Amino acid sequence: MRKPAGLAKPGTKRRITLDDWQLVGLSLPTLLWYLAICYIPMFGIVIAFKNYKVAPGQGFLYSLFVNSKWVGLKNFEFLFRLPTWKNVFANTIGYNIVFIVLGVIIPVALAILISQMYSKRLAKTCQTAMFFPHFISWVVVSYFVYAFLATDRGLLNNLRMGMGESKILWYQTPQYWPYILVFMQLWKTTGYSMVVYLAAISGLDQEMYEAALIDGATKFQQARYITLPLLRPIISIMFILAMGKIFNSDFGLFYRIPRDSGSLVSVTQTIDVYIYKALMNENNINYSSAAALFQSVLGCITILISNLVVKKIDPESGLF
Amino acid sequence: MAQSKLAGFKDAGELRFNRVHPVSNAFISCLFVVLGLMAIVPFIFVVIISFSSEESIVTNGYSFIPAQWSTYTYEYLWQTRDEIFSCFLTSVTVTILGTLIGLFLITTMGYTLSRPTFRFRKLYTVLVFIPMLFSGGMVASYMVMTQLYQLKNTLWALILPLACSTFYVIIVRTFFTTTVPDSIVESAKIDGATQLKIFIRIVLPISLPALATIGLFLTFGFWNDWYQAMLYISERSKYPLQYLLVSIEKSVDFLSRSDEYILTTANNLPSETVRMAIVVISVLPIACSYPFFQKYFVSGLTVGAVKG
Repeated sequence: MRKPAGLAKPGTKRRITLDDWQLVGLSLPTLLWYLAICYIPMFGIVIAFKNYKVAPGQGFLYSLFVNSKWVGLKNFEFLFRLPTWKNVFANTIGYNIVFIVLGVIIPVALAILISQMYSKRLAKTCQTAMFFPHFISWVVVSYFVYAFLATDRGLLNNLRMGMGESKILWYQTPQYWPYILVFMQLWKTTGYSMVVYLAAISGLDQEMYEAALIDGATKFQQARYITLPLLRPIISIMFILAMGKIFNSDFGLFYRIPRDSGSLVSVTQTIDVYIYKALMNENNINYSSAAALFQSVLGCITILISNLVVKKIDPESGLF
Repeated sequence: MAQSKLAGFKDAGELRFNRVHPVSNAFISCLFVVLGLMAIVPFIFVVIISFSSEESIVTNGYSFIPAQWSTYTYEYLWQTRDEIFSCFLTSVTVTILGTLIGLFLITTMGYTLSRPTFRFRKLYTVLVFIPMLFSGGMVASYMVMTQLYQLKNTLWALILPLACSTFYVIIVRTFFTTTVPDSIVESAKIDGATQLKIFIRIVLPISLPALATIGLFLTFGFWNDWYQAMLYISERSKYPLQYLLVSIEKSVDFLSRSDEYILTTANNLPSETVRMAIVVISVLPIACSYPFFQKYFVSGLTVGAVKG
């Protein structure tokens, strides 16, 4: 076969060919998208180091760079001194740890169980049903929850009234919400995660199970000594990738499911919710931009660390 | 074979001799029937509420067996359809336009990154990867989108932020590197085809499964999005359906305020059921279609886990 001129070793320095320019042209719109949507907003982080003041009649750039004074790390100092901030920070990490632990244990256990069902048709039907919550938005889920928890008409309070007990003001009582939020998170994500692990289980070598059977291993022993060890790489990767996002939270879950109820903020406010509320409701762009930058930087560090750890466990599975 | 593997189930006969005890099987089956029901019953409940009469809800609350069934809510929505219809139209427009634009942006970049001969491949890969690690944060994006680009209250504000993402670009790049043979591209080049022509005539037609997967990710993403609308849309006429649901959480009175029905129907406004009916309208397209598409989601997921 004739070797085309363009097929030099990748990475070696060479002339830029027409072919390269064609590829540059082909991907130009996407490159512009990355510049406009990802890179230019990165310079917006200077807002966090400024006391942002709008200059009436002037553009955004003038307001930001000329009209607003540099304040150094003042915004961060004020933010970290807020009593709410500690609570917000603790909520974010606390919920994430619970989500990560339960989000691994439950789907893995369910995936192992569903792979043992006799009727594959029934298993598939159940799996499809459990996949449903993955495809709907948190806004829709918030109405589902409301149908059960609404104070006057909700199903749970109806049942309580029917049994002669008093109503519970669900949307005003913080003590229930850690459980409700964890339950809803699991409700929405378990079906999806289960399918991920199920795909991994079905790819395992069947001969090992046959050999184990001949040696007299019970089903439980097979799961404990064959399936789980074989799933360990994918479990640790999912686990560590989730750890990399420990400072992020699902805005929809924490903002829409409690219906933005003021009496619940102590248990429902996470960093993302705080940033949104500080910006939109309190119009406090200084605190919210400081919180947003803080979250971005911590997120960047945790992703880098978790990627390093993933690579240590399994060099092939790192993100980059 | 590949498909059945992706779906996650083995042939039924394969493990017949290595099965769990029938009692365990019964137990497991019951467990999954319960879990499956738990996943869909809330939706069924909301459908039932939307078909209950307003009076039975006012007296008995939400119930799986309403005292009185009624289609009045849907008739009412049909009478005041202008508002709902414009939201529905926004959602459909954003979903279709966004998916097409997104597919274009993602596949062209994915293809470019998959070419081993591309001179700037390393640079482009780094450029695409960095946003995965670091972003300016929500405040910076919001200020740039609204102040610098002046995109508030435009459909572009709903489309552009979600149109492309590094995750999708990597999925597509991995697909192209593994399934489009270099030799085809190189021989087409020798025949004098430009990269644009190769991309459209050769690469896209053999990549339909990947396009379907990404297209579905995008479609569901756009249809379900309310966050961008919450940030960028303040004019009621431009709300997508999902954000309409947010805005009627506290009160549905705008539905009766919209036109002359205020005089005739304001007193009959079925406020309890009308919200649930709009929930049903927004979920129904998804509920009807996802069982047929779910295998693409599973395959996209496993492809995405593979590093290129």
